[in-house]
Amino acid sequence: MAAEGSGIDPMHQFLVEPMFGQKLVLHGYDISFTNSALFMFVTAGLLWLFMLGGLQRKLVPGRWQAAVEGMTGFIMDMMQTNVGPKGKAFVPYVFSLFMFLLFANLIGLFPLGIVPGWHPFTVTSHISLTAIMAFFSFGIVLAVGFWKHGLHFFSLFVPSGTPWYILIIVTPIEFVSFFVRPFSLGLRLFVAMTAGHILLDVFASFVVQGINSHTPLGCVVSVLSMLMIVGVSALELLVAAIQAYVFALLTSLYLNDAINLH
Amino acid sequence: MDLASAKVIGAGLAAIGVGMAAIGVGNVFGSFLEGALRNPGAADGQQGRLFIGFAAAELLGLIAFVVAILILFVVK
Repeated sequence: MAAEGSGIDPMHQFLVEPMFGQKLVLHGYDISFTNSALFMFVTAGLLWLFMLGGLQRKLVPGRWQAAVEGMTGFIMDMMQTNVGPKGKAFVPYVFSLFMFLLFANLIGLFPLGIVPGWHPFTVTSHISLTAIMAFFSFGIVLAVGFWKHGLHFFSLFVPSGTPWYILIIVTPIEFVSFFVRPFSLGLRLFVAMTAGHILLDVFASFVVQGINSHTPLGCVVSVLSMLMIVGVSALELLVAAIQAYVFALLTSLYLNDAINLH
Repeated sequence: MDLASAKVIGAGLAAIGVGMAAIGVGNVFGSFLEGALRNPGAADGQQGRLFIGFAAAELLGLIAFVVAILILFVVK
């Protein structure tokens, strides 16, 4: 490991561990209730409460309902501009995706660490979750594409109006770029969240070690690192929102390919 | 050179890619602003494309970060 002896272990926060002591094993598979599962439930629960408070169907919306309607309106606008009128059927999926990722990203930044022994767990910092979501999106794109266009869907790899001698090069490139999509989609979110949390953890341990060194220089490092944490936290809030938006935006673009084929 | 020091040097070299992606992301937003200030009326309609460009530029930097992490923690 890179930081032996110095006590910095930024990877520990990503450890998936069983919540209640020992592991639960069934037929050789570990099925214990982990902190990852707990935070997924927390995310889903908070999202449910948020939506419940907003679905009052009042003619003049209150603050809460306005917030929820702002979110739904945002996703509906996005689908309208990127997919067109046929995209309306996919608004529920993209909206759930966006809201779940947004809530999961933001809950991962929640300062739960001030309670001793607790720490927040960012479920989106694991590729096991983001990749599954990306494969869902990709699977829906494939299903919709083949459902609507049949085998004609393969013309996605052949841009219209391209001369045949260019097609020899372009078709393999289009093919690869199509099948890389789920991986790049899942990887982007996972790495962005992981990198941000490692950065926060490293600077947080600089603060603690600077104070523990009992030297003037240590205190200067400590204060500077604290200022850096404030800045990086603000940046991470932005990244949390942008990454959720980018995931939803790219899903809508891929859906557009499948629905409005050339 | 032993493997441990080679790993650290390699991870540092891989981290250059993250800085290169920073140039790319800055270029995306800078060019967007340049265009948006010339024609503010058309700027809002291009926000989706702005984020597509941002996502593409950022992904390559994130892949460089993954390579650095792989070199540090996975290569034995």
